[in-house]
Amino acid sequence: MKNKGIKIKCAIILLFAVAALPLQAQLAADIILERVDLNISSENRIFESSMTIHGRRNSRTITSKTYAVGDKSSFTEYLSPPREEGTKMLKLEEQLWIYSPSTDRTIQISGHMLRQSVMGSDLSYEDMMDDRKLTETYDAEVVGTEEIGGRDCWILKLTGKVEDLAYASRRLWVDSERYVPLKEELFAKSGKLLKRSEMSDVVQIGGRWFPRTVFYRDMLKQGSEGTEFRITDIRFNQEIPDYIFSKAALKQ
Amino acid sequence: MIRFLINGLFRDKSRSRLPIIVVAIGVMLTVFMNAYITGFMGDTIEMNARFTHGHLKVMTRAYAENEEQLPNDLAMTEVTALKEELAARFPELDWAARIQFGGLVDVPDEKGETRSQGPAAGMGVDLLSPESREAERLNITGSIVRGRMVQNPGEALLAEQFSQKLGVAPGDEVTLIGSTMYGSMSMYNFIVAGTVSFGAEALDRGSIIVDIEDARHALDMEDAAGELVGLFDAGYYDDEHALEVAQAFNSAFVGDDDAYAPVMKTLTQQRSMGQLVKMLDVWSFYIIAVFIIAMALVLWNAGLLGGLRRYGEFGVRLAMGEEKSHLYRTLIYESVFISIAGAIIGTAIGLFFAALVQKYGINISGMMEGSAMMYPSAIRTRITPTDYYIGFIPGLFSTVVGAMLAGIGIYKRKTSQLFKELDA
Repeated sequence: MKNKGIKIKCAIILLFAVAALPLQAQLAADIILERVDLNISSENRIFESSMTIHGRRNSRTITSKTYAVGDKSSFTEYLSPPREEGTKMLKLEEQLWIYSPSTDRTIQISGHMLRQSVMGSDLSYEDMMDDRKLTETYDAEVVGTEEIGGRDCWILKLTGKVEDLAYASRRLWVDSERYVPLKEELFAKSGKLLKRSEMSDVVQIGGRWFPRTVFYRDMLKQGSEGTEFRITDIRFNQEIPDYIFSKAALKQ
Repeated sequence: MIRFLINGLFRDKSRSRLPIIVVAIGVMLTVFMNAYITGFMGDTIEMNARFTHGHLKVMTRAYAENEEQLPNDLAMTEVTALKEELAARFPELDWAARIQFGGLVDVPDEKGETRSQGPAAGMGVDLLSPESREAERLNITGSIVRGRMVQNPGEALLAEQFSQKLGVAPGDEVTLIGSTMYGSMSMYNFIVAGTVSFGAEALDRGSIIVDIEDARHALDMEDAAGELVGLFDAGYYDDEHALEVAQAFNSAFVGDDDAYAPVMKTLTQQRSMGQLVKMLDVWSFYIIAVFIIAMALVLWNAGLLGGLRRYGEFGVRLAMGEEKSHLYRTLIYESVFISIAGAIIGTAIGLFFAALVQKYGINISGMMEGSAMMYPSAIRTRITPTDYYIGFIPGLFSTVVGAMLAGIGIYKRKTSQLFKELDA
């Protein structure tokens, strides 16, 4: 009789434990994503980057300097090659303008043009614009583990929780020690794989882990051999004058 | 006897006037229909050849595979050398480099902000070289509605419809927003030199025409071009010869796996043009055949009725002692005279109307709205040697055969019953 009572107690405890498992997993996924956001997002940053676009015929490298505040404002000036030098991009909230020095024109990019490639790379203007925190835009779920480049990773499945997302879902491989993404796959609503990126050259800057090199591959772009985006210099939490984020700054 | 028969036909209008009118109408319709189909078919093919396909076209293999997308990232490079080689090997063709591109034409306001914007289908053609025949070939000068021809670098022509939609006039500045050969966004300013109307919906909807060197600067295509089009100096497409030229050129690249190796395609091997040409050939054959058969039946019936109507007259003539074979022969001779007269009159009238439509055309632009294929907005007939004799097929043969069938009844008449028939 006593044994029977113990068995019932054990069964009830086990039942509660099993029922709580998804909750624990959900909690773990949310915490991982929060930690990723802490590494990747920042109040403001200034960085210089080089973007090497590998085509079937040749490769081109474009360098630029970017000023960004939160996920709302950013300003990029292209430094080289000569054809692109002086071209500037300004993002304010949901709007994007491009200034071309050769035509002295500022054009607003909107609608379907946001899905066009930036400078022929595997990145779209939409990719460049969307700096929102992952925790604000996706629900996360841990779906497995995998080793990438000798580092243990959690595999997170991210499902969009807001409407205006460029990618309905993502699959993110997060370094389980440093909480930095090492690989990402971006999917359309239909489930079609649209883009794949691999992060490397992870360094610690000001207490956060940050991948300095990202290799992007647009899976729908014919003739593309991928784009390597490399941050050559990055500084977080700097003083950035407000006038940088104005249309007047584009023509200066 | 012939003069006697002809006089008889002239004097008895009921035997000549209506049959000749019927034959003439049938022949006129046949002649006009043939000229109409020949004209529409020829205009459609030549228009597509001059504007997009050439009689022959050289592209890279990768470009040819995705030609509908105008993939300038797959364009040919070192085009000047290739053009010189083609001119030396195939002197019977005039070769011209072209860049077709898509983009947006953006019109600024006084502050430089976007005032209006529209999607454009651009064409970079050699407009400024003194030896170039492109302007003449595309009839650009003749198509100018406002302003003037491109005379300087940095100038562009806009389709008249497009310019009105954008609110642009000659002298205004517009910005072309496109994509370079390497996929970067490009912006390039042009001064609108003039506006054009080609009379083809697909071209008039959103065309911008610029000099090829400007297109190269705008799209970062130094000494590159999407296409090299070749047109026979003779001025018309010769499929057999075009195939020979293409085979001779392509044989040099057999075994070359390079996706950027050049490939030459004839007009009928490109996009849907092969299908279109075959389809137009089959259509024209069936339309003409069905029409000739229908007209033959009508004229045959007319000949048959003409013979039957004269049943009583034949009885009297047989009763008066005329030989059945003589009667039959005269009936056939008469039908020959009638059909010759009708065919000549019908051919003349048919040619007259065909010549009118050849000169003035019939405007069908309303029917072609939204068409992606380039059809002429005005249908023009084309008079060919065939039109001078094609009407005689239904006109002459059918009428005579009808009369011959109707005349068989003559041999079935019995002399002994003729007076009884007349009494009745």
